[in-house]
Amino acid sequence: MERFPPPDFESGYTFPPTTAPPPRADLMQYVDVAVLLAALALAAYFVLKLRSRKHVFWLTVFSVAYFGFYRKGCICSVGSTQDVALALFNSHYTLPWSVLAFFLLPLVFALFFGRVFCAAVCPLGAIQELVVVKPRTLPPWLEHGLSVIPFIYLGAGILFAATGSAFLFCQYDPFVSLYRRSGAFAMVALGGVFLLLGTMIGRPYCRFLCPYGALLSLCSRVSRHNVTLLPDDCVHCQLCDVACPYGAIREPTGLLPTPTPQQLWQRRLVFGGLAVLLVLGGGWLGRQLAVPFSKLNPTVALAEQVAAEATGKAWQMTDASKVFHDSGKPAEELYAQALRIRQRFTVGGMLWGALAGLVLGVKLLSLVQFDRRRCSFEPDPGQCVACARCYTHCPNEQARIKREQRAKTIPLSAAPAGASVTKNA
Amino acid sequence: MRETARTAAMAGLGVLVGGIALKTGASHTVWQIDPYKCSWCGLCATACVLQPSAVKCVQIYPMCGYCKLCTGYFEPEPNALNTAAENQLCPTGAIKRRALEDPYFEYSIEEELCIGCAKCVKGCTLFGNGSFHLQIRHDRCVNCNECSIAVVCPAQAISRVPADQPYKFKSREHHA
Ligand code: SF4
Ligand code: SF4
Ligand code: SF4
Ligand code: SF4
Ligand code: SF4
Repeated sequence: MERFPPPDFESGYTFPPTTAPPPRADLMQYVDVAVLLAALALAAYFVLKLRSRKHVFWLTVFSVAYFGFYRKGCICSVGSTQDVALALFNSHYTLPWSVLAFFLLPLVFALFFGRVFCAAVCPLGAIQELVVVKPRTLPPWLEHGLSVIPFIYLGAGILFAATGSAFLFCQYDPFVSLYRRSGAFAMVALGGVFLLLGTMIGRPYCRFLCPYGALLSLCSRVSRHNVTLLPDDCVHCQLCDVACPYGAIREPTGLLPTPTPQQLWQRRLVFGGLAVLLVLGGGWLGRQLAVPFSKLNPTVALAEQVAAEATGKAWQMTDASKVFHDSGKPAEELYAQALRIRQRFTVGGMLWGALAGLVLGVKLLSLVQFDRRRCSFEPDPGQCVACARCYTHCPNEQARIKREQRAKTIPLSAAPAGASVTKNA
Repeated sequence: MRETARTAAMAGLGVLVGGIALKTGASHTVWQIDPYKCSWCGLCATACVLQPSAVKCVQIYPMCGYCKLCTGYFEPEPNALNTAAENQLCPTGAIKRRALEDPYFEYSIEEELCIGCAKCVKGCTLFGNGSFHLQIRHDRCVNCNECSIAVVCPAQAISRVPADQPYKFKSREHHA
């Protein structure tokens, strides 16, 4: 409203302009995606072809600098999952194409080369990778117990993003305030705690929380190439297991006591039944949680407030309800909208609960049955973040690298006949 | 087995991309406040991931009344109409007052100091011309995946806008 007419200046005063600093150039989006692609390709090359920890390490440092400090941890693939979920379920949201690229590229790479994104590209993983000093092994029950959280968290994040309520992964991203060197004290402190913890427990966020890591681990399980040690000449020295800070090396199954087929069947029945119960129970629980969860949605919260005011249950108006009353929109419209959102939460909550139950069930089943027999120490493709540490610690791997170097300098044909090189040529 | 699973996963991702390809904005987008919706609640100052907030007050000079008693500048009941700190509304003293030809004063904002608390915006909108208003300044904003103010904004005034029109300034024409 113009209450006071702006003056006509006599002395030739000109209005100063309101400056409008431009956003980052559009072009920089292409740069970001190109850097991501290059880093992924390099990581795959360093891990699978060069098998060099040193190269992986320097790429990690680069990622912390570029994706972390220079790009301030945004955009990142972990957060992009929510943008994609929101775009899928909400027709009003335009998904920036670069966000889609950040979501897809690491997954596609994981389908072919394992978790090379985690190895040295992801800014969240990279910073944890650099602080590992003296990692300890966790007791298996704890490790197994915590490892189901990422899947449940992933489901919750999708549920909240798809209903347009909140971006949990971004709100509880422990390292982003560090990269931005700003933010609420609680989040900075959380980042510090994770990093401190990370000196003794390898990558706590990656292993026990990261929802995108859950997706990558699924893709990596079926990937074409993965980190592999050399099973042929494994001497069972276990040095790779000692070297892996992330507990990703699996023992040869032959060394473990195998249950009799009868025992196995019994266990399968018990745990299978348990899994079904878990899925049903989870679904039921998720449905119960729909109402409290939906209160996190701003529209639902506003509708509740307006309703409480109308029935005299609430004494004071909130900022949001004031704005709503001023807008003069009918309350019925708001209630209807809130109801629609709550219905989505009911369906979504049920699915989420069932998923949580399923994850627990699958975990239990995987504990009792060994579908793959291993005769040597092997990285678990789901768990391994491709950091390449086991390579440097495996004596046979080192010997192989030496052999290959020597083969380069001394041509094989010139080697004396009957030498051991023939076996490996 | 793995081969099949991988193909299935690829197909799944493909369907996903197809499903959202239509919704992918060809252009780049950034977050911005619609000043006509903003209710000056002050959450902008604290909810932004940056501290101080990427949200700053801007002055649209052609809309300003250049009043001697600026309700965005002075405390509701100032002791005197001068620049003494106790008379100023802004907690950080970010608004600068400069005498022009009698009886007009220019009010400009030193953005370095502004924390986006919207106190001045409230005063100016309720009792003045409403030329002060909040905008997300893109030299600071890191364009989060989801703007954390948009989540808490009671007026739902913050949304993604095309990056080639990154500001929503008020104007005399729109106001009239
Ligand atoms: S597990 Fe998650 S946080 Fe860790 S490196 Fe992988 S994507 Fe990043
Ligand atoms: S370090 Fe190498 S040789 Fe030793 S157990 Fe691991 S894979 Fe086998
Ligand atoms: S949170 Fe929304 S209503 Fe409050 S000051 Fe910021 S833009 Fe205005
Ligand atoms: S009163 Fe608040 S919004 Fe206005 S200039 Fe001062 S700090 Fe900025
Ligand atoms: S997008 Fe992020 S940095 Fe920009 S105003 Fe919102 S919260 Fe602040």
